[in-house]
Amino acid sequence: MTILDDVSLAIPAGQTVAILGASGAGKSTLLALLAGLDEPSSGQVWLNDIEMTALDEDGRAALRAEHVGFMFQSFHLLPALTALENVMLPLELAGRRDARAAARAALADVGLEARVSHYPRQLSGGEKQRVAIARAFVTGPALLFADEPTGNLDARTGERVMKLLFDMNRQHATTLVLVTHDEALAQRCDRRIELDAGRLSDDRMN
Amino acid sequence: MPALLYALRTLSRDWKSGEIGVLVVALLVAVGSLTAIAFFTDRVGQAVARQATEVLAADLRLRSAEPTNPAYLAEAEARGLATARVLAFPSVVSHGDDSQLGAIRAVTAGYPLRGTLRVANDLFTPAYAVEEVPPRGEVWAESGLLARLGLEVGAPLQVGALELTITRVLEYRPDQTVGFVALAPTILMNLDDIPDSGLVVPGSRVTWSALFAGADAEITRFAAWLSERLEEGERLQDIGDAGEQVTGAIDRAQRFLTLASLVSVLLAAVAVAMAARRYAARHVDSVALMKCLGAPQRFVLQVGLWQLALLAILAGLAGSAIGWLAQFGIAWLLAELVGGQLPPPGPLPALMGLVTSLAVLTGFALPPILQLRSVAPVRVLRRDLPPPRVTAAVAAGAAIAVVVLMLAWVLRDFRLLAVVVGGIAGLLAVLLAAGWGLVRLSGSVRGGAGVAWRYGLANINRRGGESITQVVAFGLGLMVLLLLTVVRNDLLDGWRASLPEDAPNNFIINIQPEELPDVEALFAEQGVTPPVFSPLVRARITHLNGVPVREADVTDPDARGLLTREANLSFSPVLPASNTLVSGRFWAPDSRGEEISIEEGIAESLGLSLGDTLGFTVAGEPLAGRITSTRAVAWDSFDPNFFVLFQPGEIDEFPKTYITSIYVPRDERGVLLELVRRHPSVSVIDLESIIAQVRQVMDRASLAVQYVFGFTLLAGVVVLLAAVQATRDERRYESALLRTFGARRSVVLRGVITEFVALGLLAGVLAAAGAVVVGDVLARQVFRLAYAPDPLLLVAGPLLGALLVGLAGTLATRSVVRTPPVRTLRA
Repeated sequence: MTILDDVSLAIPAGQTVAILGASGAGKSTLLALLAGLDEPSSGQVWLNDIEMTALDEDGRAALRAEHVGFMFQSFHLLPALTALENVMLPLELAGRRDARAAARAALADVGLEARVSHYPRQLSGGEKQRVAIARAFVTGPALLFADEPTGNLDARTGERVMKLLFDMNRQHATTLVLVTHDEALAQRCDRRIELDAGRLSDDRMN
Repeated sequence: MPALLYALRTLSRDWKSGEIGVLVVALLVAVGSLTAIAFFTDRVGQAVARQATEVLAADLRLRSAEPTNPAYLAEAEARGLATARVLAFPSVVSHGDDSQLGAIRAVTAGYPLRGTLRVANDLFTPAYAVEEVPPRGEVWAESGLLARLGLEVGAPLQVGALELTITRVLEYRPDQTVGFVALAPTILMNLDDIPDSGLVVPGSRVTWSALFAGADAEITRFAAWLSERLEEGERLQDIGDAGEQVTGAIDRAQRFLTLASLVSVLLAAVAVAMAARRYAARHVDSVALMKCLGAPQRFVLQVGLWQLALLAILAGLAGSAIGWLAQFGIAWLLAELVGGQLPPPGPLPALMGLVTSLAVLTGFALPPILQLRSVAPVRVLRRDLPPPRVTAAVAAGAAIAVVVLMLAWVLRDFRLLAVVVGGIAGLLAVLLAAGWGLVRLSGSVRGGAGVAWRYGLANINRRGGESITQVVAFGLGLMVLLLLTVVRNDLLDGWRASLPEDAPNNFIINIQPEELPDVEALFAEQGVTPPVFSPLVRARITHLNGVPVREADVTDPDARGLLTREANLSFSPVLPASNTLVSGRFWAPDSRGEEISIEEGIAESLGLSLGDTLGFTVAGEPLAGRITSTRAVAWDSFDPNFFVLFQPGEIDEFPKTYITSIYVPRDERGVLLELVRRHPSVSVIDLESIIAQVRQVMDRASLAVQYVFGFTLLAGVVVLLAAVQATRDERRYESALLRTFGARRSVVLRGVITEFVALGLLAGVLAAAGAVVVGDVLARQVFRLAYAPDPLLLVAGPLLGALLVGLAGTLATRSVVRTPPVRTLRA
């Protein structure tokens, strides 16, 4: 089965891009390919002049550790680790020595300095996503992928989290690629890409 | 669709998808460990039952320390009964310069009256039945003797003053005991050779047996006639008495081994409970769908029950097959101790396997499966509805009920049951508390040593309940193995080290008074310091404070034994070196001859104190004395020691022999051989070889027990598998997430390894600590030694745990590491 077909696009550094489309249109698959989480059956994906599709899994993992941050709809915090340890995780994977201090600062940036030693189960949905934002930006990634980042939050919390995400993005000058159903969210991005049944149906600047 | 058919289909589907694998393996371990013991003890039981009619080699057996009264034999022959005689005693036999303690059995023609002797013409050749006994000048020896002396059939053997020829290998005699250890190999010879051998003289420690056989009615009448005439020291045994002793020992061994295997059953049951909970959780949606499509609660219930019944039958039968195979291992390990050929096992233990399987499933898997019937059908629309929960009281109640019932069935003794249940509960509480402490401790060290390390340790803490269960499960199995290996050796070595370097290593007994000067001279000649010779008078206690012992109210079994068998008395003007005075005076200066000093322990069990009197009979003559002191005796000094010491005086006139113990270095053993050559009736008992044999027996027995506890470790592995299986989905997700953030496979794998190695370390620490505590208690209470735990123990326990759990856990979870990171987007 072909999920994505004839999709060709380039995202310049610093751009914010929203990927839209109906369920099953191939949004998440496109995101997975862009982030090197999955391999295309044919075609190429390049990240910072490196051909990701030529790397093996561990090679792509190393690339992600260096350049890429993530946010997910269901937060994906590791339940065994505290908020601080969750934020330290990508720093440690990238081999940073100052992981603890940097993670603490990142949590302070999202207003969670009082919750550093809490476990995910002790945090509210909004707090979890703020931890996830701290975790996403803490390594100073060149590129941030977000999969329905407000999908599991109520409207008000979603709005606050969104604001935080874009503020942080501006501060760090990160390239942001997000998958969303939320039109308001798409409006905030520089560019929107729409998928329909695995094909690029629209690609324009806002 | 009928519930049975549906149950069959879902089971076979779940089997194929690996859903019930762990559950089945846990059941197999439980049933296998229990039935292995059952099959083995069934074989021994059958051998005992089969031999019970032969165990006396007669219908009636009269034992005594003196030659059988000829009048008894004449009477038996007059009544048309067959008779034979057996004289049994230990003696050192030799070949060239090699010597070995043997169990001599000198017999008359006709022996055995019941059952048959089996012999072989050479080592490792087929055995056959014979009707005769060894002719004069020949002996038939057990293979153990030939092996230890390095002899073959046809070799000469020095037995006392005689040189006899070994003409056959003795394979089986009816009155050898099943289930007991014979420390010395049997040497069968002709009773007519005994006088020339010079081995037996008045006062020698020997057992005479007269065997009688004939028609039942005549035997009964003769037994009645004989029991009216029995004198002190004569003991009549019929088949019932003999069987009772053997079956009693077998029964105790069976209960002990079954209890040991119940530890494995319990652990496996924990794994069953974990697996059943997961099984139920994973079937919530399909049950909701079934109900949505119109299946009534009754149908869901029936399906659940059928599934359990089918599992019970399958695992019961397959587990019994494993037990049947495993019992060969136990039989092989215990072959030397059990002796003889064991018949093949009967089918009954397989039934026990089925019952065990059903019981474990009922107690540990039924509650969550039953709960499935109350799944709400609306779950098909609202996945967020929580699944029905089993209340802790129901789950624990069912499990405890099954465990107590199983224990009751093994122990068959209410008081013992209460003690064991209390003990298990206490032990579990201590282990769980220790496990909890260790798990908490591991959380506090997860600080800054890298992501894999932190992630692994964090997992142990988050899954606290499962972690504690695994630590305790493995800790228990390891602890028992450490106790049986390292601690056992430590204690034995400690005991041996506590003996002085020159502790006596030989007992010399049966020295006649007229031989004493020559024996002393011999030692002097050979440059060996002559030891102290103690006189030994064989007597029987007849009166306690003037009351005949038959009427005395003595319940303590040791004390009872002292009253019913011949006692060894001695006399000494001074308190022997290895004795200390506890109360009274060791011989008042002005008294003469009638004072007694008694060992404090035996005084207590007989209820005797200073001033009480004891009456004896020595060779038919009365002898009495008054207790004027009590002594503590260091029995492990290996000096000859006595419960009852007389003041020298009247007792000097009674028949006596001398006994001593002496340290003879290995390379000076020639003096002992010379002693036996010159004085054939003197027996030299080599303590070192006896200790070596006892040790060999203990090694074998403990290997067998270790084998049984091997199942416990296996059960620990199954608990681990169940825990891994229960967390597999979580682990997949976490592994995918870690890899999304850029962790290499090796990092995730290191996390997994850290987790299980740390779990194993904790289990090993628990095991080593437990083994040290138990070893210390044993050392103090049983061996009265100061115990310094072997450092090896403290290293070996954690190391073994880390290796075992690390390996098993990593192998069980390694597929999880390969989960592709893209799954995070599809979760």
